[in-house]
Parts: sequence; C-alpha cells; structure tokens
Amino acid sequence: MRLPFPTLPRERQLRLGLALLLGVLLFALAGPVMAPHAQDALVGQPYGAPSDTVWLGYDYLGRDVVSRLLHGGWTVLWMSLASALAALVVGAAIGILAGFAGRRTDQAIVWGTDVLLAFPDLILVLLVVSMLGREPGLIVLTVAIAFVPGVVRLARGVTMGVARLEFVEAARLLGYPATRILFREILPNIATPLLVHFGIMLTWAISMLAGLSFLGYGVAPPTADWGLMINENRAGLVLQPWAALAPVVLIGLFALGANLVAEGVSRLNARIGAATGGKTNAG
Amino acid sequence: MPAEFAIGPASAPLLRVEGLRVSLTGARADIVSDIGFTLRPGEIVGLVGESGSGKSTIAAALLGHARKGAVITGGRVILDDLDILSAEASALRDLRGARVAHVPQDPGAALNPMLRIGAHLDEVLDVHAPGMTPDQRVERVVAVMADVGLPPDPAFRQRFPHQLSGGQQQRVLLALAFLLRPRLVVLDEPTTALDVVTKAQVLETVRHLCRRQGAGALYVSHDLSVVRDLVDRLVVLYAGRVVETAASHTLFAEPRHPYTRGLLAAMPDIAVRRHLLAVPGHAAAPAARGEGCPFRSRCAVTTDRCLDLPPWQEQGRGHGVACHHPVSGSLAVAVEQTGPAAGTGGREPLLSVRGATARYGKQVVLSGVDLDLHAGECTALVGASGSGKTTLARAIMGLGEDVAGTLLLDGVAQGLREGLRGTAQRRRIQYIFQNPSRALNPRQKVGDILGAVARHFLPLDRGQTAACVAATLAKVALPASAADRFPAELSGGEQQRVAIARALICEPDLLICDEITSALDVSVQAAIVELLRGLQQEGLTLLFVTHDLALVRSIADRVVVLNAGAIVEQGAAGPLLDCPHHPYTRSLIAASGRAVAS
Amino acid sequence: MTASDSTAPVLTDTRAAWSVPAWLPWLLRRLLVGLATVFAITIIVFAATQALPSDPARVILGPEATEQAVAVLRGQLGLDRPLPIQYAHWLGDALRLDFGRSLDSDVEAVAIVRDRFGNSLVLMLLVLAVTVPLSLLLGVALAVRRDSRLDRIAMAGLILFKALPGFILAIGLILIFATNILPVLPAVSLLDPQRSPLAQPSYLVLPTVTLVLSILPFLVRLVRAGVIEVLEADYVAAARLRGLSERRLLWRHAVPNALVPTVQGIAMTARVLLGGAVIVEVVFSYPGLGSALNSAIEMRDIPVIQAITLLQAALVVLVNLVADIATVLLTPRLRTAARPTLKPGSRAAWKLSGGGT
Repeated sequence: MRLPFPTLPRERQLRLGLALLLGVLLFALAGPVMAPHAQDALVGQPYGAPSDTVWLGYDYLGRDVVSRLLHGGWTVLWMSLASALAALVVGAAIGILAGFAGRRTDQAIVWGTDVLLAFPDLILVLLVVSMLGREPGLIVLTVAIAFVPGVVRLARGVTMGVARLEFVEAARLLGYPATRILFREILPNIATPLLVHFGIMLTWAISMLAGLSFLGYGVAPPTADWGLMINENRAGLVLQPWAALAPVVLIGLFALGANLVAEGVSRLNARIGAATGGKTNAG
Repeated sequence: MPAEFAIGPASAPLLRVEGLRVSLTGARADIVSDIGFTLRPGEIVGLVGESGSGKSTIAAALLGHARKGAVITGGRVILDDLDILSAEASALRDLRGARVAHVPQDPGAALNPMLRIGAHLDEVLDVHAPGMTPDQRVERVVAVMADVGLPPDPAFRQRFPHQLSGGQQQRVLLALAFLLRPRLVVLDEPTTALDVVTKAQVLETVRHLCRRQGAGALYVSHDLSVVRDLVDRLVVLYAGRVVETAASHTLFAEPRHPYTRGLLAAMPDIAVRRHLLAVPGHAAAPAARGEGCPFRSRCAVTTDRCLDLPPWQEQGRGHGVACHHPVSGSLAVAVEQTGPAAGTGGREPLLSVRGATARYGKQVVLSGVDLDLHAGECTALVGASGSGKTTLARAIMGLGEDVAGTLLLDGVAQGLREGLRGTAQRRRIQYIFQNPSRALNPRQKVGDILGAVARHFLPLDRGQTAACVAATLAKVALPASAADRFPAELSGGEQQRVAIARALICEPDLLICDEITSALDVSVQAAIVELLRGLQQEGLTLLFVTHDLALVRSIADRVVVLNAGAIVEQGAAGPLLDCPHHPYTRSLIAASGRAVAS
Repeated sequence: MTASDSTAPVLTDTRAAWSVPAWLPWLLRRLLVGLATVFAITIIVFAATQALPSDPARVILGPEATEQAVAVLRGQLGLDRPLPIQYAHWLGDALRLDFGRSLDSDVEAVAIVRDRFGNSLVLMLLVLAVTVPLSLLLGVALAVRRDSRLDRIAMAGLILFKALPGFILAIGLILIFATNILPVLPAVSLLDPQRSPLAQPSYLVLPTVTLVLSILPFLVRLVRAGVIEVLEADYVAAARLRGLSERRLLWRHAVPNALVPTVQGIAMTARVLLGGAVIVEVVFSYPGLGSALNSAIEMRDIPVIQAITLLQAALVVLVNLVADIATVLLTPRLRTAARPTLKPGSRAAWKLSGGGT
C-alpha cells in the first residue's frame, strides 16, 4: 500500500493543521494532570478577573477557568473521534456493499441515505437525545448515525469508480476470493478519500458535540466541558470575556486543525493519486 | 535549426516558424525547442510524433497559445507578415478562428454541452464577422455545413452536441474552423477518437476543404499511416525537436533519420505480412531529456558525436535531417516469406463458440455468433466500434451481462458466467485489457501482482514464487528489477508487458488480447506484437481483438470480421485481406488501405 | 449576459413546437420517490418520539411523577395501543396537520409552528439572498484569479470560517458588535411578534451574518472549483482558440456550465442552514423554528417536536426535489434524455467540501 505519508509534512497547511491538532490533543489529554484545581472547586469570585497567577480569571461560579479548560477537553475529544470513527467504519461497510450489490439493493441503500439526509444532522441528534437521554455513548452513537449516510454515499461512489477499473475485473477473472478483492484490490484504492472524509467528519463532530454541550444536551454540570463552559459563561461576556472566549478559541483551533489536515491530505492525494480513481472533490 | 526549403514554385510561405521554444513553467525544461518549418499557401503539412513529442504544444503555439503549465519562451511564428507570438492580445483574438483556425482532438469534449450547434456557429460569426447581415450569415452557415457533410437544415442546428455521433461532432468542429475561410487550419489529431471508416471520411473532407478554400493546413498526428496520403510534406518530431522533414513520398521512400526509419519499420502494413521492428526503449519526459541528440539512447548507430546536439543538414529537394549519422538508401522491409500458420482442417478446435447472443438492455449486441479457435493459431477479431467484438471477447471470459449460447473448451462446456468456472478452467484462458494503466492495481508492486497470481494457481513457497516472477518478467523482456516498481513508475509499454506477464504466469492455453496496443505508440506496439508472435510460436493460442487491419496482417493467421453483432466474413488472413468478399470488409480495408496505397 | 444576447441568434430557432417533454416520466417517478421519502421520514419521526424504548409519558412527566399519573397520560396519548395502530392514527392526524396540543402551552402544536415558521423563513431567505449572489461573485472572481495571492489568502480565510462551529462565530460576532468593542447591534433578537421581522432589521443582522458566514465558504469553494474545472475543459480551450474573449469564455461558456453543480450545492445548504439555525436562533434568542424546537425538547413537548422535525425534513426533501428538477432543466443532456439519471452519489461528493452544522 502506498500512502502519501513520506511527502506529507511538506505541505505547509498540512503541517500547521497537524501541529494544531496535536497541540489540542496534548492539552486535553495531559490537562487533567496539570490542572492546578479540581474542575468543580470554587476558588474565587464569580467572574473574577485574571491576574498574574490566575491567567484566565474565574467563571460564573468562581471556579478557575484554566483548571476547567484543562479538564474540559477530554469529552469533546474522545466523543468526536469515536463518532467519526464509528460513522467511517459502518458507513464504509454499507457503502462498499452498495457499490458491489445489484441495482436494487444499491438503489434501496441510496434511498435510505436520502431519507436520513433529509434530517439536518443536529436535528436528528436532538430528536434522539431528547428522547433517550444524554449518556455519552448514546450521543456518540446518534452523531455517528447522522454522519453515516454521507460516508455511505462517498464509499459507494469511490467503490464504484474503482470496481469499474480493469484490475478488479482481472482479479475476478483469476478467481480471487471476494474478501481478497475487497481488502487487497479495492480498499487500498479507496482509503485516501475515506480518510480525508474522516478528517472532515471530525470537524463536524467537534462542531456538533460542542454545540450539543452548548445547548445543554451534552455533559451534565458541574463537569467541565468546553462547549458547556461557553454556554455557562456567555452571560458574563462583558464582565469576564475569557471565561467564554478561552474554550471558544480551543474548540476553534481543534476544528481548524482537523480541517486543515483533511484538506491537506486531499490536496496531496489529488496531486499524487489522481489516476487511481481516488479523487475527492474537496476543491 | 531547419532552414527554409527551396523547392517548388517560389511562392512566399504562408507560415514561417523559426526557433520556436515552449517550456514548462517553473521547471527549467523545454517541451519543444528549436522548432522551424514553413508552410506554403494551399499546402498540407503533417506534423508527426509519438506521445510526449510536443506536437500538440506546437499546434497551440501556432495560434499563440500555450496550455496551462507551459509558456512560449522563444522563436517566431510568422503568418503572412504578422508575428503571432508578439501580437497584442486583441490582435491575437481577431486572428484566432478567423485567419488561423484550430480543430481540436476529442470532438466529444470540444463542444460546449450547454450550447446548440447553431449557437456555436453563431458565436464565431458574432465575434469575427459582426457586420454580416442575417441573410449572409445563414448563407455562409448553410454553405459550410454542406461543405463538411452535415445536413444544412435548421433542425440539425437545433441539436445539442450530445445528440450527434462522434463523426458528426468532428464535422461540426470542422465547420467552425472553416466557417470564416481561414488562411491556415491547424488540425490537432482530429480523427484519433473516430473509428476507421468515419476517420477516412473525415480525412477526405479535410483534404477536400483545404484544396477548395486554398487554405494551408498543419495536420498533427501520431500515426504516419493516417497522414501518408493526406499531406504534401511531413515534419517528424522526436522528444520536442524536429528530426526530419521531407516531401511525403520522399520520407516514406528514403527516410534518413534513424528514428524515422525505426518508426516506419515498426508500422504494420496492410498489404504485406512482415515482422514489426520495435524501437527499443521509450522517449524521455521533458525534464529527463539530457544533452546531445535526443534519440541517442534508443539509436542503433550512436557514436560519441551524438553527445552533441546534431546540426540540421539539408539533403536536397527539401529533405532535411537532424542527425550526425543520417542513413541513406531506401528502407528495406523484411517481407515475410512464410505465410501464416498452415491450414487447420480436421483438427478439433481448442475453443468453440456456438450461437452466442448478447443483449445490452433491449439492444442486441451479438446475434448467433459461431467462432472456432484452433490451438497454436492467432485469430483476429475485427470490426468497427460497436460491432460487438469486445462483447464477444468478454463473453468468452464469462464477463457478459446477458449472454446465451454454448462455449466449449476442448469439447468441454464452460460456464457462461465467470463465477461458474473452476480454478483450472480460469487458468487456461487469460485476458489482456486495452488500457494497461487501469488493468494493474496502482497500490501493488509488480512483483506482488505477479506473485499473487502464481501462488493462486500453483503451490509455491516464497523463493519459488520469486523465481517464477523473475522468469516470467524475463519472458516479456522486462528486467527483474521491475518487480520492485509500482505500475505508475513504468511506461505504458512496460505496463502492458506486466499485464501480459500476469497472464503468462498462469501458463494459459488461450490468450485474449482486447485492443491491447491501441493505447501505445507505434514503436512500442511493434515490440508487444513481436512478443505475442514469439509466444504463439511456443504454442499459445491467441484471439486478437482489434480495429487495425494493418496490424491484423502482421499478426493473424485467421481473420473474423464482425459487423453489427454478426460475423460477415472469415478466413485465412492473407486471402481475406487481399480479396475480401463482403462489402463491409471491403469498406474496412478501403478505409485503412488508403494509408498504404502505393 | 454579454453582448451576444443583443444580436439576434438567427441560426438558433427557438420557436420549437411544444410537445410532451421527454423527462416527464422521470419527473413523475422522482415525485413518487420524494413522497416515499417523506413517508419514511414520518416513520422515523414517529419511531424516535413514540416508539423508542423510552416511555413518552414518563419522559413528559419526569421521574418524580407517580405511576398512576403516567398511566393516565399513556391512556390520553394512546400509548397503550399497538404501535402500528398508534402510527396510523398519528399519521392520519398529521396529514390533517393535527399534531395535537402542545403539552407545554396547551395551544395547537401547528399554531406554534405556524407562528415561528414565518420568522425562520424570513431569516433563511435573507441568508440565501445574501449568500447566493455573493458566493457566485466571489467564486467566479477567485476562479479567474486562481493561485494568485488574493486567491490563496481568500481560500485560507474560507477554511477558517468553514472550520469554526456556528455558535462560535455567533459569540465572536456578539463580542465584536454587541458588547465591548463596537456596541452597535443588539445581542439578542427580541422581535416584536406583531410586526414583520423585516420591519425590525437590526435584530436580523447578527443572525443573518452568522449563518451567511457559516455557509458561504462551502458555496464559494463550490462555485470556484466548478468554474475552474470548466475553464480547463476542452470546449473552453477550443473556444479560446476560436478567438473568443476571456470575458465571453467566462460568462457564456464557463459560468452556465458551473451553475448546475451550484444549484445542487444551494439545495445542500438548505439542510445545513436548518440545522445551523437551531444553535444560531438559540444564541440570539431569535423566535424561529429552531429555538422553538430547542425549547420543545427542553419541555419534552412531543407534539411540537414532531411537527417541527417533520416540517424541516419535508422541507429538505422539497428543496432537493426542486434542485433535481432545476438540474434536469438546466442540463441539455438530461433534459433531452428519456430517462435522466442524476448521479445519486454526487450530492455527497459536494457535501465533502461543505461545512457541517
């Protein structure tokens, strides 16, 4: 398998994206260890101003903003990764199946994605979360379901593109088993567009999960969470802007990093593997 | 630099190209350099070169245009008295389409899908002849439509490009080019996408129009046989440089440059069966061309002097060549004395097809075809596009969608769908696809592709597999190091060799070749054809699907002619090509025979 | 578009006799598929709200309610009947636009939807009215200047806006225009329900700008990519060598061809907009469908939830239908074909370059 990794860090945007993504990841992972206070410790005045020791001041209840930032990245991080990954695996499986199946199965699957795609992503998630509750696993699952139709469409399209090529036909003629054709002939040739889409879904998932927290359907207080922090401290934007602005910046950087990486990879791929049918439309 | 020709009447040249150079932007590489030739009024000049030689680049430069990624860096293109390369943008616009017209390559892609045919024509008149009255416009359009052989009625002009056939689309492009009676027409491989009969008709139209309107024409082509009868003079291009120019008949009779000679020796000839001599290797990409003679690495007569760029040498009578060692004398073509393989009467066929029918939707593609392939023979399956030849070949492989009939291999019935066939059956028949770059998995190394096939059919360990792969690569004349390459790192000819190796490693009895050389240059095609002939000598049976009758003469023992899904004629190759009985066969041969009428 | 339209096209006779268009059977089939999609959507909405392994009555009344109270409500809601019968009744009512009374405010759910729908529609149309011409203009301008400094800077900026979640954009805008820095606009949209939202423009500015910024990158990039692709097409190269001016090539050849994917792209933004509007309406307290849905969910107001989600999904189906018809009518190859086939995967491919919520 030949992936564009040897040349990967040469694209400037890609490098920036990777740096952002890794930086935010590191911040969220190492944060809980480095936080000076517990996430729910009341240590100052509500909306207390920043000082030399308390860099970002206090939030609406008087909790240390830095500590809550360090604690609050973990949820959006793992949940966005998990939902994007789940959507990728399930969607790719269904999409590849549709790409290979007969006309009727294919049409049924495409129509099914049409039905799901009629719901705006967030509405679909809200619909389920409002009825079943806000367990993180459930949220991940519903976000993944909202993303699946997109992956199915993409995987189906690229699979059909590759399956049309003669080397797949040659493999069939040689009598290779279906699994071999799938994993050795098809999958390596559709992997890059799917990976790019994974990056884009990651951006969407970050948006959506932070948005859910912001609306109050995510992590329950008093747990620290970036999206939730924005909502909690929104009213004090005039008094103590950092309490809301700091998580805004972190979510923004995270989403931007994921987006830059996805775009960079897709551009590299367009330059390297255009001939293989692994072209994506991320122009 | 090729100097001017002093031949014929001393009419002033219509077009003079001097020292033209087009480079890649960014890289310090020339796509073409030092291009010079002239073209007199009413003259048709052929610009011939293989893929990557820069012929389309030159064609565009004659209109002052360079495609994206390229830039014209030097030289002069003088039409009458105007230097096109230093013309203002607005002067250039006035010139293009009016005094110099361009006919592009792929007719299907060269017309705007949103505009009707009439709107295309209208637009040219809008831009270049705004003063024309409506009556004059209609008159002009009707005239040009008739000239190019299209129905002149308004209903036809109401059609959209996709509602026309490929030949009609190309005729529309010709109409657009000849609409304003240009002084010069640049035709960039206008017939490549057309089948052989349509191609001949379009060429006839081009010739007729140029003569009638007295326009000079530059006809760009990769195929010497296409231009042979059309053009007055030929300019042969290699790796971005002019290597030889001569009057058409002189060039075919006494080529002087080793490359031109190689090209002609590699060309199959419909009139005689002969070995095709390949030019070894392939042309380098612009950035990889070294110093000295560009043909040096592939040339048989190269010496130390070839490390310097060869000077342009006039050989008299307008014949010029850029070579340190021009070869003299006519090209001796080794005509094969032995005819095709002997008759096959009485023997059981290796493969028989009986009553094969195939449908595509409601359309019948094959209707009751019977075909016998005898062991050790090469059978050519010929026909124009849409005749059903590829459908038949695929049906034999079990790749048909809606196929009925019987298929017997050594008298044993075979499943009509490949899914019904066992491993042993699959091994015996192998298929080579038309486009080698699509036939090899771009993510697997050549060694892995071949090794997997070997292990699939034979119980081999790692070492035996490697040995088997190396031996098969040697059989198709590829170095063992090719095993470590990805397909994209190989040239088109090398890729096709790998595809053949993938078939050979199965040790098949029958090899089906579906237009396998149509994506390759002539000099590379010859090597593939000779490779197949060698394999046939070793006992392999071949079914060679092609539209190229000249190629058939060189390779086939038997010919089967297919038209509209039915066999119209079949028989031994020589007699059938020499005196065809069926009118369809005759039209095919007439269309491709034009190239060699001597 | 250009001077060409003023000179009468003498050779293209447009007086073609009217006949039954070839694509009519396609249209009928497409309408049926659209209806089937809406039907499937009703099943999903019903399933999500009434058939999931949660008890709507319990959800509505909360964990503190007595079993008895829950049982009474179950009876009122008809939850003790078999699911197919419940669905049939529900669908029959829904078809008559009767979703029952809001559990929260005891007015007809449909009445709430009707009130809020107008406000949302004004916002959506305003956003589209700004975004579509702007993205066409920007997209074409960038395509013409592709790979220039301006193009690179603009593309980098668009990536930034594309990546940022809508509510983050909203908060940024509030911070800049409604609080400390430049307090010129209201931070919340306290619309007077008696007057049209259009008569109260200051409340519309920030929500509109937020939504415009969140969908503009997608459309600009789509138009830009489309125009570039067409500008590099063979037929444009051929037309250039016929001496046509760059302006004419752009407006007569490139833009009309690039418009077709743009139509599908605009349809896709409808879906993104409806989702994005929820958060934006909540941030700005804009009294639209999105904020109504949000409060209905908070209150477990099932009839209102059903009415709004159903309406939104049906709207998306309708928009896609219109876009498909427009695509067929705009594309000669499809318009003249007996069985136009729109590539079903194409919309997803465009989605790739678009933004999420």
